[in-house]
Amino acid sequence: MNMKSKKIRSNIITFGLVIVFYAVMEAMLVTGSMSSLMKGLLVPLCYYMILAASLNLVVGISGELSLGHAGFMCIGAFSSAVFARMVGDSIPGGAELFISVLIGAAFAAIFGFLIGIPVLRLRGDYLAIVTLAFGEIIKNVINAVYLGVDSNGVHVSLKDVKSLGLLDDGEVIIKGAQGIGNLPRNATFTIGIVLLLITLFIITNLVNSRQGRAIMSSRDNRIAAESVGLNVSEYKLTAFVISAALAGVAGVLYSHNLANLQATSKNFGYNQSILILVFVVLGGIGNIRGSLIAALVLTILPEKLRFFNDYRMLIYAIVLIVMMIMTSAPKVVAWRKMVAEKYFKKSRETEAGGKTDAKEV
Amino acid sequence: MAENNEKYLLDVSNISISFGGLKAVDDFSIKIKKNELYGLIGPNGAGKTTVFNLLTGVYKADTGFIRLDGQDITGKKTTEINKTGIARTFQNIRLFNNLSVIDNVKVGLHEKHRYSLFEGITHLGKYGRVEKEITEKAYELIKVFELQDFADFKASQLPYGKQRKLEIARALATDPKLILLDEPAAGMNPQETQELMDTIRFVRDKFDMTVLLIEHDMKLVSGICDRLTVLNFGHMLAEGDTKEVLNDPKVIKAYLGD
Repeated sequence: MNMKSKKIRSNIITFGLVIVFYAVMEAMLVTGSMSSLMKGLLVPLCYYMILAASLNLVVGISGELSLGHAGFMCIGAFSSAVFARMVGDSIPGGAELFISVLIGAAFAAIFGFLIGIPVLRLRGDYLAIVTLAFGEIIKNVINAVYLGVDSNGVHVSLKDVKSLGLLDDGEVIIKGAQGIGNLPRNATFTIGIVLLLITLFIITNLVNSRQGRAIMSSRDNRIAAESVGLNVSEYKLTAFVISAALAGVAGVLYSHNLANLQATSKNFGYNQSILILVFVVLGGIGNIRGSLIAALVLTILPEKLRFFNDYRMLIYAIVLIVMMIMTSAPKVVAWRKMVAEKYFKKSRETEAGGKTDAKEV
Repeated sequence: MAENNEKYLLDVSNISISFGGLKAVDDFSIKIKKNELYGLIGPNGAGKTTVFNLLTGVYKADTGFIRLDGQDITGKKTTEINKTGIARTFQNIRLFNNLSVIDNVKVGLHEKHRYSLFEGITHLGKYGRVEKEITEKAYELIKVFELQDFADFKASQLPYGKQRKLEIARALATDPKLILLDEPAAGMNPQETQELMDTIRFVRDKFDMTVLLIEHDMKLVSGICDRLTVLNFGHMLAEGDTKEVLNDPKVIKAYLGD
């Protein structure tokens, strides 16, 4: 039972860190000691952490390199934004946001399912390339869509506003590349943290379940997994769809934090997908807590480095390299272990109540 | 005829497979009774593992049929064949290396102890009860193989002999009728082999299991197998009682040359 209690402890630490982070930020907000720049980063931090954790589910837990995560975020953002515009002020903001989250997650999950079926037949690099392409396709298609509503219902066109053929009472919601305007902007830091905690709850629970074990065993050895009766494709698809749905939730948070939502290559393009992957890789593949920390650091850092002006991205790159060395270089890892043992051995021994850990033998 | 077949748990009739021009297995038949310990031997490249891959649906046979307990499983998928009751181990060990020893066995219990994905994500409903069942069963199984002290180790951290045992434990977790062991003693020293022989016999008796094993170690084969089939270049060279087969001049010639 040692391992299980260890897992539980690790989960408690993860949840605890998020709550501490929330408390600190709130305290800073209340005392007014936070810069306006930092205030603007609070909600983005939440959706970046959700994105990092959810991508880790596919890359780390399920072992498939997916580069289309921003695409699912895009679907979540646009589906929820359309909903927000359609209901307008007819329902209270809180209810609107709640339903938006469900809608964003559902749409992203549907697309995750449809894309996952062909994509998960591929392995390794091929899977990465095709998911990257799908992410770009989603962004570009949404960029070309015009969508309007009138008393006759919903009109969609890929040409222009006129071809929607709206009646006089109609309203254009998505204006092609101009995107969606007049959004409610009702996402708050608290809501972001709640959604992040739900994301973590889903992922950590999944990992410690029958389905999670099936997903991880399919990653470790496909042939052996099949030999014990596991339907490998089913579980890979499960992980992919859940991850897409969570990316959709991040998208909802994104769209509800803006007045005007557009699909550009900056926010939903492959650069964004790669950035999320960087969070995952630097935080540790399969390490959910690590990817949260990486998302946090790498979101705040570029903003804090602004006073370096032209050298900003240079410093950013150096930090990336240093982080990579710190987390992965064998010698550094060994050194870290040595340091950890030196300083924590005593406390660990007393904690274990004199019993030696089986793993140390 | 039907009566005759029912006596046998595994009934394989005239299966063949070729890869390009090479007939890897040609006209192979085998009948295994319930609770029997059956050996499949032959020189390197004789097609023994290919037979296992045919039986477990990794390859599809070009001809012939395979029946397990009266059920036709010819051409079925690996996962379905496992559900009808064949589990296996691999010649080159295939464990879930990043999972703990206990979780490896839990994965084997996956199909027989179910709860929905929703229950898996929320840990509500049947989750608690079924997980408890799974954990208890998994510990029971690893105790049989004396792996309980290593339950929280990563599978890859186990020494070689224990990895082989874990593979058997995982296969047994799927509650099969027939277990296929692919060179279980490979790379073991004589003492470990002796232990393994005891374990295999114990598994047969305790789980009321039927065992088909591939082995090179003649001591193990002659020590525990009730009957044998000898393969050579994809053909069946001999079959029958272990002693008779091992003394067959044809078999000796195949192994030792002229």
